[in-house]
Amino acid sequence: MRKITYAQAINEALYQLMKKSPNVFVIGQGCTSPWYVGSTTSGLIEHFGNDRIIDTPVSENCITGVAVGAAITGMRPILVHPRMDFMYYAMDQIANHAAKWSYMFGGQSSVPLTVWGIINRGGEQAAQHSQSLQAIFSHIPGLKVVMPSCAYDAKGLLIASVKDGNPVVYIDDRWLYSHKGEVPNKMYTVPIGKGISRRAGKDLTIVATSYMVYEALLAAAVLGKQKIDTEVIDLRTIKPLDEELIFKSVKKTGRLLIADAAWKSCGVASEISALVSENCFGYLKAPIKRITLPDTPAPSSSALEKEYYPRAKNIVIAVKNIFNKK
Amino acid sequence: MRENRFESKLMKMYASMLMIRKCEERIGDLVASGKIKTPCHLYIGQEAIAVGVCAALKKEDVVFSSHRSHGHYIAKGGNINKLMAELYGKITGCSKGKGGSMHLACMDIGLIGSSAMVAGGIPLATGAALAFSLKRKSNVAVAFFGDGATNEGVFYESLNFASLKKLPVIFICENNLYSTHMPIAATLADTRIYKKAEIFNMTGIQIDGNNVIEVFDKINDVVKSARSGKGPALIECLTYRWRGHVGPNLDLDKGLRSKEELESWMGKCPIKRLERVLKLSKREKEEASRGIEQKIEQAVSFAEKSRYPKKEKVFSDIFK
Repeated sequence: MRKITYAQAINEALYQLMKKSPNVFVIGQGCTSPWYVGSTTSGLIEHFGNDRIIDTPVSENCITGVAVGAAITGMRPILVHPRMDFMYYAMDQIANHAAKWSYMFGGQSSVPLTVWGIINRGGEQAAQHSQSLQAIFSHIPGLKVVMPSCAYDAKGLLIASVKDGNPVVYIDDRWLYSHKGEVPNKMYTVPIGKGISRRAGKDLTIVATSYMVYEALLAAAVLGKQKIDTEVIDLRTIKPLDEELIFKSVKKTGRLLIADAAWKSCGVASEISALVSENCFGYLKAPIKRITLPDTPAPSSSALEKEYYPRAKNIVIAVKNIFNKK
Repeated sequence: MRENRFESKLMKMYASMLMIRKCEERIGDLVASGKIKTPCHLYIGQEAIAVGVCAALKKEDVVFSSHRSHGHYIAKGGNINKLMAELYGKITGCSKGKGGSMHLACMDIGLIGSSAMVAGGIPLATGAALAFSLKRKSNVAVAFFGDGATNEGVFYESLNFASLKKLPVIFICENNLYSTHMPIAATLADTRIYKKAEIFNMTGIQIDGNNVIEVFDKINDVVKSARSGKGPALIECLTYRWRGHVGPNLDLDKGLRSKEELESWMGKCPIKRLERVLKLSKREKEEASRGIEQKIEQAVSFAEKSRYPKKEKVFSDIFK
């Protein structure tokens, strides 16, 4: 099968979704800019015009509300926030409106909205241009949260998000944009709410999100050489979590490490740790480990960034710790 | 019988205003007696705005309401039984007992929803207008909000975006002079709300919100203009709420406003003013009242007899 990059996979999904349905449109700050959203929207304006690729003023809360309003009244908007950090401005429309609309009116209407939030970290961008907010959105009932880790999922989850009919927060990571993978030409979906095992193993389970799946697979290869057979689970969807997949793996391996490149406290890793404690306690042979960001804002200096962002080596060290190896 | 077409339209508006007034009075009593527990923000005194605006709309035009939503629901044609049942928290309510007073919706009549976040419905109506525009439909979207909503940033963001894209949205500010307990002069550096349209290159007008004919006429004009692609408008409707911010009381004992102020506004009652225009006889007024009161009592009885939602309903309707 042909290989394309993660960014090209997003671009192709956008193109195919818009070609298929006149109700789909892209709206958000910088969606026609050459640097805000990478190459993900390349060529779209030439095909669909600025009626359907709507670059907007810097008014995150209003534009999010506009997308919600359009979704309630029959459209399927894809709303882009070129950095997740900017979504704090739009929290009212995401959390108080999109997430609650269906419930609050007894299911009379739904909000078929995809909120595309981009993690754009590193590069000395510092605290307000580097955040990963999957835990915050996963906390709110009424939102689904997906995080594709590879090109195949980037396309399949984006199409699934737009087709879902509910508010879905689609979170991608610019660090993945150049990663290449096999991607079918046709339209397809990756099911929301289902994770996938990326590597089978019997000694330890690593549950990872987004970019950390890549780091976890690198770590698993290193650990394999040291006779630690690691299973790697890619969550794909953060909310609703594929609990069964996690439990099944932990029951088999008896050891769990969770790798999520977001803050530790009250994060995705904490939630999985709690669920496993509640449901698989008797199967655990060792304490659960979490590899996350430290509970600090992102620093600027690259010397500090190296310390801040977890990598495969951090996973390897933590796993060796679990097995009491030096 | 009144044969003149304009008069018959006015009679419909009269009936709608009277329905709102009497419904709200009855709801106020039911809140006071503890039968209705959901926080109710009553619309008494402001009836001409909801009715005048909705009379200028088509069924397919959409409306977004606020926490003070009963008047908009009734004026757009909402079912009274379902309204009352919603306030009682019953499964037969318009939002199945999930919304309460502040979250009324009825998709069939184009009341898309009511947000209790101040100014929350303003960008939503702007988005509905964008949807109309993308679908090349000639419908309009309306956002109802109070003067307090003009303290929110999203109000200004929405005016800018709507004007920038020439969207068919009408922003209706019901300026009842108070933002909960705060008089507007304590919240706005410039209390002329209609003026805020000017900086966004948009039509902005101030009208007498207690004169239903003026409301209808002015809204008719701006709706026509919006339908033909000429963009949005901000209409500031001057009015006054007779009851407190929330609940049935007048709140005159709290030192927030004076009895004289309330009485002077009660002298500008939108319903009595239309009665004078229509030269309604005592008999005509009594007949109108009787019919409406009957419908309201039926609605109360419907609500009381209806069932509460089953407990497992807590878990439904989160997603489509």
